[in-house]
Amino acid sequence: MLKAKVLIVGAGGLGCPVALYLACAGVGTIGIVDYDAVELGNLHRQVGHTESRQGVSKAESLAMSIKERNSDIQTIVHETMFTSDTAMEIVQHYDIVIDASDNVATRYLCNDCCILAGKPLVSGSALKWDGQLTVYNYGPTCPCYRCIFPTPPPADTVTKCSDGGVLGPIVGVIGSMQALEAIKIISKVDGVLAGRLVIYDGQQATFKTVRLRTRRPNCVVCGDAPTITQLIDYTQFCQSPYSESSGKAADRIDTNLIVSCKDYHQHVYTTNSPHILLDVRPKIQFDICSIPNSINIPVDELNKSDNINKIDQLISHDSSLPSMLQKLTNQYHHLILLLILIFHSDCMYREKESNVVIKHIRDGLLGWSDDIDPSFPIY
Amino acid sequence: MKVKIEMTGGLEILFKNQKNHTYEFKDRDTMPLRELVVWMRDTQIQERPELFVEDSTVRPGILVLINDADWELDGGIEYIVEDGDTLSFISTLHGG
Ligand SMILES: [Zn+2]
Repeated sequence: MLKAKVLIVGAGGLGCPVALYLACAGVGTIGIVDYDAVELGNLHRQVGHTESRQGVSKAESLAMSIKERNSDIQTIVHETMFTSDTAMEIVQHYDIVIDASDNVATRYLCNDCCILAGKPLVSGSALKWDGQLTVYNYGPTCPCYRCIFPTPPPADTVTKCSDGGVLGPIVGVIGSMQALEAIKIISKVDGVLAGRLVIYDGQQATFKTVRLRTRRPNCVVCGDAPTITQLIDYTQFCQSPYSESSGKAADRIDTNLIVSCKDYHQHVYTTNSPHILLDVRPKIQFDICSIPNSINIPVDELNKSDNINKIDQLISHDSSLPSMLQKLTNQYHHLILLLILIFHSDCMYREKESNVVIKHIRDGLLGWSDDIDPSFPIY
Repeated sequence: MKVKIEMTGGLEILFKNQKNHTYEFKDRDTMPLRELVVWMRDTQIQERPELFVEDSTVRPGILVLINDADWELDGGIEYIVEDGDTLSFISTLHGG
């Protein structure tokens, strides 16, 4: 165990339990690659970080947690973006790679990199109540990620944790199982989850293990005559970025569509200007806490005509609303705790072509808690 | 024929937010999976059918299981569905 070298790609909800269990099991060298910093809003699922390490790089923070538990472990912090330029150089120093990433581009990158470098890949993923787990590139008949998913999903079908939410215990379960698979590979015991997929439904409390196809001889990366012999540009291949946090609302929305919590509170909320406060978190989170008089439509259901009608009725008919919502969800699908304001009639934010304006409240509920109502729970 | 359908990984949202469905076709003994999938798209999904079917097969990013095994082991979209089969449609997850 002490000789083993494991690389964890992603120090988030999955990467945290993986790192802690591998450290406690005595895996000699643990590398962590992550470019993000610890944020309060993530602590409910990222159990290797702490309030006091807010703003510290996640890779560094997780390495600290490892050292606190087992000072014999050598930790290697890769505080860099894991991309086609950096991945191969990093991966070659390890025996096993754990895919604990949070986006589809990194998943293809991890796959191809592990095939090319000849490393087993323990892949876990989670969203909302669901988790999935398998091992790639382990044994001659084992399929790779591309054998199963040769074509990436259309970018607008991909829901991310920060939109869809994920329950802490779900990533806890999947991450713990990833650690176990790594330990099994290191100890060369039977029963490694290669060629099989575990599907966990936390809501129904069911596990299912299913048989996957065998390696596809015509696979472009692990097949008999591969056409991918070096890493490609995965953001282009998947039409989506490597990091979901690069999608901070403020970086992607026109600044004139953003309003601060303070401005909203002062000019709209307390003056009772006609508006709707729309909270687009998953329903389960909305049920835990919400701002009085806000309504909830989860972001991935915004396009549904039922919901558009619902808003439509609330603001009296405005024919431009469906197309505005459509445009908004297409453009800004991946926002963190997105709150949208819909103003109408004589509101200060009125726009010429329509009497409805949609604004994003900067920092969402975290900002609300910081600036307006400190008693508002952060979870 | 009767088939059981399971939706997971968020796909259920397209199907009235229900994970489990049973479809019965009284006048049929078998049905090509392609036909079933197109039928599901046309009659069971209210909105955004393109999130389920693309180019008359299941869209990329959805893994299909036939009786708990990867559909590729049974011919993929060319499989002929029989009475009593369970089909699972699993949206692959990327989060973590
Ligand atoms: Zn392959």
